[in-house]
Order: sequence, then structure tokens, then C-alpha cells
Amino acid sequence: MSEDVSKKNVKLARILLLVALGMFGFGYALVPLYDVLCEWKWLERDRPDAIKKAPEIGYTVDLNREVTVEFMTTLNESTPMVFRTEKKQLKVHPGEYYTVNFYAENKTDKAMVARAIASFSPAVISRYFEKIECFCFSEQTFKAKEAKTMPMRFVINPEIPEEYKTITLSYTFFDNTEKSVKN
Amino acid sequence: MSAVVVEHDHHADDHHDHGPAKGLLRWIITTNHKDIGTLYLLFALAMFFVGGSMAMVIRAELFEPGLQFVDPAFFNSMTTMHALVMVFGAVMPAFVGLANWQIPLMIGAADMALPRMNNMSFWMLVAGVLLLASTLFMEGGAPNGGWTLYPPLVLQPITVGKALPFAVFSVHLLGISSIMGAINIIATIFNMRAPAMKLMDMPLFVWTWLITAFLLIAVMPVFAGAVTMLLTDKFFHTSFFNAAGGGDPVLYEHIFWFFGHPEVYIMILPTFGVASTIIPVFARKPLFGYASMVWATASIAFLSFIVWAHHMFTVGMPIAGELYFMYATMLIAVPTGVKVFNWTATMWKGAMTFETPMLFSIAFVVLFTMGGFTGLMMAIAPADFQYHDTYFIVAHFHYTLVPASVFILMAAGYFWLPKWTGHMYNEKIGQLHFWLSTISVNILFFPQHFLGLAGMPRRIPDYAVQFADWNMISSIGGFIFGASQLLFLYIVIDTIKGGTGEKVSDEVWEEASKHSLEWTLPSPVPYHTWTTPPAIVPTEHVLDSH
Repeated sequence: MSEDVSKKNVKLARILLLVALGMFGFGYALVPLYDVLCEWKWLERDRPDAIKKAPEIGYTVDLNREVTVEFMTTLNESTPMVFRTEKKQLKVHPGEYYTVNFYAENKTDKAMVARAIASFSPAVISRYFEKIECFCFSEQTFKAKEAKTMPMRFVINPEIPEEYKTITLSYTFFDNTEKSVKN
Repeated sequence: MSAVVVEHDHHADDHHDHGPAKGLLRWIITTNHKDIGTLYLLFALAMFFVGGSMAMVIRAELFEPGLQFVDPAFFNSMTTMHALVMVFGAVMPAFVGLANWQIPLMIGAADMALPRMNNMSFWMLVAGVLLLASTLFMEGGAPNGGWTLYPPLVLQPITVGKALPFAVFSVHLLGISSIMGAINIIATIFNMRAPAMKLMDMPLFVWTWLITAFLLIAVMPVFAGAVTMLLTDKFFHTSFFNAAGGGDPVLYEHIFWFFGHPEVYIMILPTFGVASTIIPVFARKPLFGYASMVWATASIAFLSFIVWAHHMFTVGMPIAGELYFMYATMLIAVPTGVKVFNWTATMWKGAMTFETPMLFSIAFVVLFTMGGFTGLMMAIAPADFQYHDTYFIVAHFHYTLVPASVFILMAAGYFWLPKWTGHMYNEKIGQLHFWLSTISVNILFFPQHFLGLAGMPRRIPDYAVQFADWNMISSIGGFIFGASQLLFLYIVIDTIKGGTGEKVSDEVWEEASKHSLEWTLPSPVPYHTWTTPPAIVPTEHVLDSH
């Protein structure tokens, strides 16, 4: 191989290596890009920071319709907690405000930081489900063996399309004591 | 009629190149493209049998309902490791091996552009695969969340014990190895071509590999990034995919498939290249539509970047997203259709003969098209909700990988082994291997379409009894297919050791030298070739576009 070609090869290899490194960075750039695409509603997601606290406004209560809301409580992996809801399901009228109590207990002898993440089924329902108060908005600190009763106040926007008769709201508690959480 | 041209004169004294170094060390320190090509091909063949054995475990367990041989966690490890070994250990390295052997020969270059890096990429591949294989012996077992390594499955300590960091570092090594290989291939094609060979004179195998190499450089780093995020989520308290910290597991799916879809074309584009090389030789016609083949390859590569979410239609996308990914995916059928049409048109009215490489190539055209059609079915977003994560997808991608990529790798072996070794393989055993493989591969994978449509989920060790019959048939096909591959192993060893004893001519196949440069060299190919580049290059294969 002549010296000339050798130099050309090394030069091209360097450029291509830079492209590869750039693509490694692009992989990371997809993380904020994903947030933007979700904001533009190109892609959808079900993330805790997307659940906003809504102010209490007086909707006209639609007494002709009844929607069944089911509540599920789950513990992630082996989170050492007790977590349950006072009601497994509730029949509600769109536009009317309701409060449901959830009960959580730290079973360990140490303080615990935990966070509940909400998830809806069907997923599109999240835009009609407005929460005025929820334990899921922020991290909860539990002292050793502490038990808490946590209210969740919500309303279903009367604009909810007719076809949704049953919606499921699931909460999962994550033990975040060891994780540094940025939110 | 046979296309084999047998010649009895000897070339042994025709050249005075110094040969390879003696001893075992030759294979470790070699920078010769033929040696490295051989290493890649033999390693890929070994991994084909390792991954194949894992598939045999899977089919044995699924032979009848209930749990017979392995526990569910190990079964899941087998599906995960089978995929990882076959994709990163067998199919990709096999094509890199072919590239190493063939690209310099086909473009009139003395060696690869960066021979030392070439050696390093091979040994990093070995290290990467060994690292992956070591997880099989670890506490908690090998990764078992599927080859896609989705969170939260792989992040849960119960499902993967100590394996995750090893799997992640293995992916890093495999990624670096393929990126170095790709850089080498691009540099070789751009800078080392014989001056007489213009880009649009290059054989299609070279073209498809050039485009594949760009795909590799573009997406392997993205995958490396995704698994690095998994690693930091698991051990360094980041929350890319951890919902509790504001992350989203669905994000991983998007990043993974941004890599994953081009990855499937990384495995199929060189397949197209080899098919486009073999079919014209046995049809005794120039390839139909050379330029359209090049453009079709480039368009498939481009489209592969913008269709990833068709792997995750059920994840909950807005309707506009579903529609976009549906139509964009269907668009791929156009360039792919051009290719299938061109192969068929190449055979049309050709003076065809049916030696083993041609048989495998024809089976590839037919069976790959079937795999393509089921792909179109799943591209229909509303229909995909039924097919998603069932045996239908398993049948689909196995049709596009086994009787396509793997068959074409077999075809390439039969096609070029005589050239590389100077010995003819045993045609009778070759044909037996072909017929056994083709019949059994359909017994193996065709029933999986029915299972999937009936709703059998993938990645399960046990199933409802209504799936029993087709599973048993599929397993029988699997066992026959697995056993048939031992014939290939026999043929490869036999051919290296002398084959039928006939001395093959330089051309090996009738008038092959009209199609591509390597057939103008002596058989077996000397250790050093094209130290002076050829003055003229064959243009038979590009006749249509000139």
C-alpha cells in the first residue's frame, strides 16, 4: 500500500470514528428529544411529571352518565410496604368531585422515601382524569413503621367521550430511599 | 449439464508470493484479509451450532405442553441467548467474514485498508461473545428478558442476577468490533479499489456491504448508548427508564428500535448482495437492473431509520404516529419488491443450472418473499395488535433470517469454498443438505404462523393444549433442520481437506470471470493477491445499466 493511500485510509477512518462517537451522543440526545416529541403529541407517554395538579372548578355534573373507576395498588419489586385502597371501585358521575383514601405503611425499622407512580387504562383517559389532590404528586417520606392515610381527590371531565364506561387507575409504590431522584 | 469447469493443470508454481507464517500464532497475529475472513467464518459457523443447540433446547421443551426438560427461567435464558448468539455471533460475523474474503478480491485490492484494526475487530468479537457466554454460568443465570433487553425486566434483580453488566459490556465489545469492521470496509471500498473500477462498476455484494457498513456506524453506537443507560439505571441511580425517578421504560423501546430496525437490514442487505452475485452466474445472464438494485438497497437503508416504531404499535401511540409508522413501513415493500423482481427477471429465460449455491439462492428468493409478506401483514397497525408478541412474529422474522440470511450464507459457502480452497465440494451431499434444509425449515417455521394467529404468545415454556399439534410438528421440523446442518459442517471440513479430489479451474463456475474479478485469480486463491491492481474489470454484471 502506498504512503498516499495509507494516509487517506487513516483520515477516512478518523472521520468515520467521529461519526460513530457522534451517534453515541445522538443515542443520549434521544432522551430529551423524546420529551419534546411527547409534548408535541407525536408520541405518547404515561409519566409522573405529566400528571398535573388541576384546580377545583365547578363542572356541570352529568347525572345521566355513570363511569366505573377501578383502583389498583401495586408494590414494585420487593418494596417493604403495605399499600391498599379503601375502595376497589367507585361509580362516578362525570363532573362530580370524589375523594378516595389510600393507606400505606412502612414495614421496616428505617425511614423510607417512596413514590407512587400512576398509570391509566385506557391510556388516553389521563387527559380527562383531573386530580385536585394526590399522594402521587411528590415523594413521600415514611418514618420507621409509620402508616399514612392519603387522600386522592379527583373529577372526571364531563367532556369524556361516551365510549369510556370503565377506567382503571393503577398506583405502584417504588422504594426510592437509595435513588437520587431528580424530579 | 453442470456449470463446474474442471481443469487438470496446476497453478502451484505460478506465483512466488511468500505464504502464511507457520504455526498457531499465525491465526492470532494475522493481518491478512483471507486469514481474518476465514477466522470470522469459522467462528460464525461454531456460533451457528452453539445458537442452534439453544434452539434445540427451546424446541425440545415446546415439543409438548407442560414443563419437561428445563425450568422457565432457563428457557427464557435460552430464547434470549439464542437470539443474541445468532445475531451478534453467527449472522453478522459470517457476513463480515465474507466481506473480508471477498471485497478485496472483488475490487482488486491487495488487502483491507487497515489490516491491524481488522485483526483487532475479530478478537474483540471473540472477547465479546465469550463475555456473553460466561453469563450462562453465573448465579441467576444468563439474561432472560429477551434479546431486546427491555426494562424493567432486565433491571429487576430477581430476573437477572449478575448477568446484566456482563451482557452490557459484551454488547459494547461487539459494538466496537462491528464499528471497526465497518470503518475498515468503507475505507477499503473508497480508497483501495482498482483504478479501473468506478463505484457503479462494483459487484452488488460490495455495494450492499458499503451501505451496510454505514448502517453499522450509524446505529451500533446508539445501541451501546441504550445499554449504557440500562447499566447506569441499575447501578448508578440514574432514571432514564426508571418510572420512580421520572423515567419511562417506553423510551428504551424507542431507542432500542431506532437501532433495532436498521440492525435487521444489517443482516439482510449483504444477503441481498450475495444473492445478486450468485443468481446471474447460474442463470448465465447479467444481473437484471443493476442500477435499480443499488438504489433499492440505498432506499431500504434510508427507510430503515424512520420506521422503528412498527415494532411497538401496541405501546400506545397517538393515531397519527400509528398511521405514519404503518405507511412508512409499507413503503419498504417497494424497493424490496424491485429486488425480488430483478432476481426473477435475471433468471427469466436464463440457461439455468441448479448447483447447490443456486438452489439455496432460489429458495432464498421464494422464502424471503414469504417472510416479507408476513412483514407487510404486521405493518398494518390495527392488525398488528393481534399478531404482536405471538408466534406469528416469530415465524415472520425466522423466515427472513433462516431461509434468507442463513440460506444465503450457505449458498456463499458452496459458491466460494471451491475458489478459496481449490477443492470441489461434494455436490450430492450439498444437494441433500439443500433439500433436507428447505423441507425441514418450512416444517419448522410454517406452523408457527398458525400458532401465532391462534394466539400463542412467544417466549413461553409451556402453552395451552390447543397449540400442542402444531408445536410438535414445528419441533420435529426443528430437529431435522438442526441435524441437517451437520451435513454442512461435514462438507466444509471435507472440502477444506480435499473435497472430491477434482482440481477446480480458476473460474470454478462456467464463465464466472465475466461477472467478477475473483474468478480471474488462480484456484486456490494465493495468500497475496492484487499486489498490482487489475487493469480491466469485468462489467458483465452491470451490462444492463451501461
